[in-house]
Amino acid sequence: MSERDQGVKNPSRRALLRGGLAGGGAALMAGLTAGKSIAAGDPAITDIQDWNRYLGDGVDAAPYGMPSEFEADVVRRNVAWLTADTTSSINFTPLHALDGIITPNGVCFERHHGGVAEVDPMQHRLMIHGLVEQPLVFTMQDLMRFPRQNHAYFLECAANSGMEWRGAQLNGCQFTHGMVHNVVYTGVPLRALLEEAGVKTDGKWLLAEGADAAAMTRSIPMEKVLDDCLVAFKMNGEALRPEQGYPVRLVVPGWEGNMWVKWLRRLEVGDKPWHQREETSKYTDLLANGKARRFTWVMDVKSVITSPSPQAPITHGKGRTVVTGLAWSGNGTIKDVDVTLDGGRNWHKARIDGPSLSKSLHRFYYEFDWDGSELFLQSRAIDELGNVQPTKDALRAARGENSIYHNNGIQTWYVRADGVTENVEIS
Amino acid sequence: EPSTGPMGLGRVALPEEIAAWDIDIRPDGMGLPAGKGTVAEGEVVFTERCATCHGDFGEGRDRWPVLAGGQDTLTDERPEKTIGSYWPYLSTVYDYVRRAMPFGDARSLTNDEVYAITAYLLYLNDIVTDEAFELNSENFTDIHLPNEENFIADDRQEEPHWKADADPCMTDCKAEPAKITMRARVLDVTPDSDEGEGGGQ
Repeated sequence: MSERDQGVKNPSRRALLRGGLAGGGAALMAGLTAGKSIAAGDPAITDIQDWNRYLGDGVDAAPYGMPSEFEADVVRRNVAWLTADTTSSINFTPLHALDGIITPNGVCFERHHGGVAEVDPMQHRLMIHGLVEQPLVFTMQDLMRFPRQNHAYFLECAANSGMEWRGAQLNGCQFTHGMVHNVVYTGVPLRALLEEAGVKTDGKWLLAEGADAAAMTRSIPMEKVLDDCLVAFKMNGEALRPEQGYPVRLVVPGWEGNMWVKWLRRLEVGDKPWHQREETSKYTDLLANGKARRFTWVMDVKSVITSPSPQAPITHGKGRTVVTGLAWSGNGTIKDVDVTLDGGRNWHKARIDGPSLSKSLHRFYYEFDWDGSELFLQSRAIDELGNVQPTKDALRAARGENSIYHNNGIQTWYVRADGVTENVEIS
Repeated sequence: EPSTGPMGLGRVALPEEIAAWDIDIRPDGMGLPAGKGTVAEGEVVFTERCATCHGDFGEGRDRWPVLAGGQDTLTDERPEKTIGSYWPYLSTVYDYVRRAMPFGDARSLTNDEVYAITAYLLYLNDIVTDEAFELNSENFTDIHLPNEENFIADDRQEEPHWKADADPCMTDCKAEPAKITMRARVLDVTPDSDEGEGGGQ
């Protein structure tokens, strides 16, 4: 780290948190606005900075650019104890540090079952067979000759927030809600590929399979296949990242991420579902009575406040404060987001800003004057069908605590008087 | 031979190509290859190829998956979901072992070895009890796993909370102030939590 980075790399808020200073954000503000340094003028203004004087890098320094080094903390993180091995595992999008609705490609969370397949696109094939008039093989070049579409969709892992079924466990929305990302996909409607092969009338289900060592497979009903599924080869304008299925993946809008088969190589049309491992042993939801739901495809209405949050505490002290977060629903658009500061006693309509796209993340804001008292922050989303995001207690009452998947319960952040923020459950 | 579809894109898949990739198996036995294997043969293969992670008796080592046991635990506080206690169909066992196991060396087992391992997994789960039992493409669909009937359709929309008023309470919704009942900070299992309230600050 260069000398000039030191001040920014270890921001005061970090020291503040470690020290647990009484007065918290207020003390920090006092230092900045009324301290000795200000009396003599703010050195950030009165001193000539290195970047005011010396030339920066030339245009050939970064053919593929990366974020500023001061943003080095905005990265995917994993939780080592969650899984036996990093190749069949999960990491988390740094939601606490992002804004807007588009997730940068490099920090989109990853979920692999056999590691990242490094597929040579020239050697990649997509096969369609089964109950079709003509079984077909496509190259990547073939796929790119079909008419294309662009759509922003969220991809949420069915297990997002799954560690929180029994209560508050991980301290940060990156960990509690970060198995989600939202990018613009460019691809070909799956329907167009199937029309090329000609689906027979008894073709009611589609099995999608990946080319990786896990050979991921899921059964998808034909209604969904023909509705809005895409075979995508671009994300946010560039080729899919290897960890997101390069060169081609399935997009299953609004449905659990497991079905978005990466490194897609095979599509089989059949008259019944296959009951593969990922729709029997996994991605089935055990209820308190010992029964288990299967084919729980849709991701229900959900939201989370991304700031303030445990990884993004309030450091500015009392006064004007921005609450922001994300809301989404597998059923369509988000109609409303409500925010509470007092644990659900009183709610305020948040402001949805930016595009409101079906089955895409929505960004919301709620601005208020913080008086420095402790807060119990929650957000509650309502989708276009009128589904209201439930509390965790309501979900647990209906399902018990062993469903693993599909936890869309309302999240509570406890903001202390010093601005430090915690993941809690409340009565 | 090119596609005869509306775009004329792609080419016809050859039977050999479909056979090379089409390895999925359904509960009704569709896709099962010819072959056979006994419990005793399966024990040998399992010990060589599987036990390092899954344990000699499918009990699972370290954090690797448990494959056997756990019967009658599905309503417990901590259910043990295994092939014997949870999985609905034997076809999934054969299919998944053949497609994805051993972890790190997938597609390396012969069809007969997969039959034998599948037979051994039935034995470890007390679903067959004879070490001489042979599983084959003929008797495969006669075997039913104990939990087959306990899977239900997605009925989330029937849950009472979804029937709540779509115009939820906005003001004076709770009589008492919120009280903390659980704190992640106390558990302290978040990465980088020594730096504060979780990584990424």
